[in-house]
Amino acid sequence: MSARAIVLHDMCLRDGMHPKRHQITLEQMQSIARGLDEAGVPLIEVTHGDGLGGASVNYGFPLHTDEEYLRAVIGTVKRAKISALLLPGIGTVEHLRLAKDLGVATIRVATHCTEADVSEQHISLARKLGLDTVGFLMMAHMLEPAKLVEQALLMESYGANCIYCTDSAGYMLPDDVKARISMLRERLQPGTEIGFHGHHNLAMGIANSLAAVECGAVRIDGSAAGLGAGAGNTPLEVFNAVCHRMGIDTGVDVMRLADVAEELVTPIMDEPIRIDRDSLVLGYAGVYSSFLLFAKRAAAKYGVGSADILIEMGRMKTVGGQEDMIEDVAINMARNKQ
Amino acid sequence: MAKRINAALIGSGNIGTDLMMKALRSAEINPVWMVGIDPASDGLARARAHGLKTTTAGVDGLLPHLAADDIRIAFDATSAYVHHENALKMLEAGVVMIDLTPAAIGPFCVPPVNLAEHAGRREMNVNMVTCGGQATIPMVAAVSRVQAVDYAEIVATVASRSAGPGTRKNIDEFTRTTAHGIESVGGARRGKAIIILNPAEPPLIMRDTVHCLTATTPNQQAITDSVKKMIAEVQRYVPGYTLKNGPVFDGNRVSIYLEVEGLGDYLPKYAGNLDIMTAAALRTAEMLAPEIAADAYGQTTPQSGARS
Repeated sequence: MSARAIVLHDMCLRDGMHPKRHQITLEQMQSIARGLDEAGVPLIEVTHGDGLGGASVNYGFPLHTDEEYLRAVIGTVKRAKISALLLPGIGTVEHLRLAKDLGVATIRVATHCTEADVSEQHISLARKLGLDTVGFLMMAHMLEPAKLVEQALLMESYGANCIYCTDSAGYMLPDDVKARISMLRERLQPGTEIGFHGHHNLAMGIANSLAAVECGAVRIDGSAAGLGAGAGNTPLEVFNAVCHRMGIDTGVDVMRLADVAEELVTPIMDEPIRIDRDSLVLGYAGVYSSFLLFAKRAAAKYGVGSADILIEMGRMKTVGGQEDMIEDVAINMARNKQ
Repeated sequence: MAKRINAALIGSGNIGTDLMMKALRSAEINPVWMVGIDPASDGLARARAHGLKTTTAGVDGLLPHLAADDIRIAFDATSAYVHHENALKMLEAGVVMIDLTPAAIGPFCVPPVNLAEHAGRREMNVNMVTCGGQATIPMVAAVSRVQAVDYAEIVATVASRSAGPGTRKNIDEFTRTTAHGIESVGGARRGKAIIILNPAEPPLIMRDTVHCLTATTPNQQAITDSVKKMIAEVQRYVPGYTLKNGPVFDGNRVSIYLEVEGLGDYLPKYAGNLDIMTAAALRTAEMLAPEIAADAYGQTTPQSGARS
């Protein structure tokens, strides 16, 4: 692999909100963001786990509003830029404008991998507002590479300057990543960047991210100490160390980032981020990683197996955002047991 | 039986065509025209096959025929943007508009909740909220008529194939309009709407989840009874409206899990989101029909005097 530079994008203050049930404090956000900034991480995502406007019964009410979190973090970092996630259908252009006004530099507009056309109004507005605008195609394992490219081209046509292949379920293997990233690189305009967002449910976070870089991805998502949905995101401090060994320039200090993971992120975990049986099922069955805690809670409440709930969610071909179906499935399973 | 009043369908897409199929069976509404813009539209071909007159010149193609064909009511199944223009033209012509777009110019109508309130008001424009609103606002109202609801949130999950280009181009309008309807018609102090598109094959039947947070401890028996009564009300015009689970009570949270299967008039049965819109629009028109026919409120122009 030739020497090249990539951008590391930290997720622990957004994807990491899932395992924290959206209860990270402002002080925790600020101390982690300061640590990431000082380590040289160039881009940090901050919002409710389900993006701007995600505060809800369905996904969980956060400890603070998006506005409070963004204001606190943006006022803390010196060099790093802040990104915000937006899922059309949950968040709206009003949220986008708010984020822009607060000083967010990057907007990532996320849709299920087959539904890119719902992002037109958000992507085109973000671009018009002069934001770094990313199209984020979730659950990308569910779509073959050629079809994924068609959706990416739509987002590019609306104004996205970067397209992500997002492995929301942690299902992909390196060959799956290579097939998708290669074809995106081949078919999108040369000026359009490509990114990869991994989940570690099958312990493929590092391997998949390397495969993505090898095929032309220049933005890689990860999370300090892996704090993220399911078995977490690609552990960013580990990936950063691997990049340094391989001569891939990230601009991020290996030990300083390791310190953030060890001293600031790990201590705030409610449970260790690891590949437990349920997370393994997410990766194996291709299920949206954020369903994990909802399935565990519904399993406890209705006396059914959490892994069984997740397998059923996979069988139903649910997509990101269908957290409401978890209680429905659990009730049905409890009824059928009687 | 009273004479059926003549109607025009504006928009020859999925919603307009499904509505036509239902209107053809109506005892009160007589669909006479279908308006489109695409000569290759399947909806227009079907309309002609059923004996309707058609135009591909948009509403302007219909205007010269309104008087001769005694069109008294029009359904708009275009888009919010186009509806603003259509509404002005129809108002000038004195034709009552049932608006199926999220334009929300006129007052919201969710038949089992507030249809009766629209009687006798001589409204020239009535809005049908959104598909998710038609499916969920009755449940919010079923809870809020028992006790105060501080917050209501709905999650509408529809098959990708049943979400047309209009919805996709302006998905924010869905969340915004539905949230307003949850508050103003459903009776929640604050409303939120979420929409999810699911591309699974075979397509999933529309699912809707309604979460209400009551101001005080929920009266479980009264809410359960009220929800079941409301389900039966909706089933009068959407037989495939089903309570799958709940109401689930968890602290002050009341959660209701619904499935909406359509009649399969034009689109397949999974598109319950379209079916409930067209069924609700037709039901609204049928309720207004006798007063439109009797009093000729379409024949006075807006310039001739203020309306109540």
